[in-house]
Amino acid sequence: MTTTDDRPLLEVKGLRMHFPITEGMMTRRTVGEVKAVDGISFSVARGETMGLVGESGCGKTTTGRCILRLETPTAGSIVYDGVDIAGLSQKQMVALRQRIQVIFQDPFSSLNPRMKIGQIIAEPMKVHGIEPDATKREARVRELLTICGLNARFADRYPHEMSGGQRQRVGIARALAMNPEFIVCDEPVSALDVSIQAQVINLLEDLREKFGLTYLFIAHDLSVVRHLCQRVAVMYLGRIVELADSDTLFDNPQHPYTKALLAAVPVPDPLVEQGRVFRPVQGEVPSPINPPTGCVFHPRCPIAVESCKQSRPESREIQPGHFVACTQVGLS
Amino acid sequence: MPPLLDIRGLHTEFRTSAGTVRAVDGISYSVQAGETVAIVGESGSGKSVGAMSILRLIPDPPGRITAGEVLFDGQDLLKLTEEQMRQLRGSQIGMIFQEPMTSLNPVLTIGRQITETLEQHRGATPAAARERALELLGLVGIADAARRLKQYPHQLSGGMRQRIMIAIALACEPKLIIADEPTTALDVTIQAQILELMKDLTQRLNIALIVITHNLGVVARYATRVNVMYAGRIVESGSAAAIYHDPRHPYTIALLRSVPRLDRPRQARLDPVEGQPPDLTRLDAGCAFRPRCRFATDACAAGRPVLAQAGLEDGHLAACFNSGSLSHTDQAA
Repeated sequence: MTTTDDRPLLEVKGLRMHFPITEGMMTRRTVGEVKAVDGISFSVARGETMGLVGESGCGKTTTGRCILRLETPTAGSIVYDGVDIAGLSQKQMVALRQRIQVIFQDPFSSLNPRMKIGQIIAEPMKVHGIEPDATKREARVRELLTICGLNARFADRYPHEMSGGQRQRVGIARALAMNPEFIVCDEPVSALDVSIQAQVINLLEDLREKFGLTYLFIAHDLSVVRHLCQRVAVMYLGRIVELADSDTLFDNPQHPYTKALLAAVPVPDPLVEQGRVFRPVQGEVPSPINPPTGCVFHPRCPIAVESCKQSRPESREIQPGHFVACTQVGLS
Repeated sequence: MPPLLDIRGLHTEFRTSAGTVRAVDGISYSVQAGETVAIVGESGSGKSVGAMSILRLIPDPPGRITAGEVLFDGQDLLKLTEEQMRQLRGSQIGMIFQEPMTSLNPVLTIGRQITETLEQHRGATPAAARERALELLGLVGIADAARRLKQYPHQLSGGMRQRIMIAIALACEPKLIIADEPTTALDVTIQAQILELMKDLTQRLNIALIVITHNLGVVARYATRVNVMYAGRIVESGSAAAIYHDPRHPYTIALLRSVPRLDRPRQARLDPVEGQPPDLTRLDAGCAFRPRCRFATDACAAGRPVLAQAGLEDGHLAACFNSGSLSHTDQAA
């Protein structure tokens, strides 16, 4: 199925995911809601790697879970290859699940400890009836292990016999088993040691080229995101505050939060570090249960003005493809 | 002036069912008063065990410090009684651990956890201890200190808890603080706040700091000296500038080349350290990094290299037979 139009593979519009907060033991009543994702829009082109960055609680993982339909969004649309999947039933999602796969952060808890590696990778093929023949399935498992840089003998091992990096390769092999076109990578290298991280990053890049994959890459490590992604969206408290192509965002950030985030990352070079003026942004991320009015970043923002407390800034395209949700940017 | 802390030939091993693991296999380094020394390495390299050995916080069994000296202010900590050691921990040497969620006692108020240290080590009266606790919270940048003293750890955010840990570590005006991955569990903007706070306080109060981390950026920003560990040994030691700009051990070179850089446009591909970290129960007589090393020769299998002067800077040491031939051009290649 190859479409030649330039319609994006995935288009998210006005996505909201609010979780109710309930109280009471016998009769549960809703006393509030956590606005984990509060109206975000972005698109991902075929073959592109889109980065979603932000600190804990900004809603990046929830966004990924909505796209996988592990959550049913409160509002908004998620158009995948022309079909709005936000309202599909779990049954209708089954067919799409083969095309959209996920790689999780923690290679220690995302593999069933009682299953052998071979069974773990073969399971989705069995469930979806992709390869009903057991012998062919085994051959495919061996092939997938080899593609992911593991010895085919690992099929007979258990997860506890493997290191973190090896387990993450198993997680990738399992995602590839379905021949997906889109993979949500949720912090796939954060749990790994520095020297192993680079191996897995290279593997993800190789696979993207080899199989023409499209990634949504969710991470908090900005250096990794800069390396892997063509475009990046920065999230803060359930909203996208800035979106641009990777080099523009990292070399010429416009939103005060993006600037603060980039300034906070130390660079592995003492000479560069000595030359940097460093003033960390003050305060902490407010609660998404009761987010600040107006612009959610205003309590920590160095350039906030009175109007930032009242009205929520809309995302503006300040240059082609560069979107910023801040009223103060571009004024001088 | 003799160094504040002088570690000589420290060995710590663990007896496991798979065999004896030499988690720390003969490390030596020193820390001057007021200096910040970073210990860098990956999981299992022995960086945490090395630091815990200074405080003798190694669970025995299965662990045991088998050899070496830890001279603190001229006194060998390994020869002290358990009681003397307890007097020293938290008063002369402070500690900050990685997990601010689990290293505070969940059933005691913040105030109690700070005053306990003061009453134990300083014999402070409850009123004086509370006074000092208020002052400490101000020092670590916590507003509304009186209310915070009555709260429990679960009522505070991760960054706030780490500030409390720092306040506890500072309570008795220690000469040395050991911080084991102090910001790994925190978000980047909070990490930056905590690191700046630690830098500011250690400089202002002239406290030496040993910071254990795997984050090469944090090291570049804060450390004066750096020790790189691999498989229980220090493989390279030197000033931050020497380590980053003239690395002399293949592991250090590989590590620096494998991290993507935020301040540079994306390169074609990363250059990872191939292979897996070694199994410490199965080390042979040769260099432990040999299987992953692109410069390894036959000599590397014969024996483990010891730290020796390398590079141009005085005191820049590397444990590699080939360190003389690893030049800056190799790094750029």
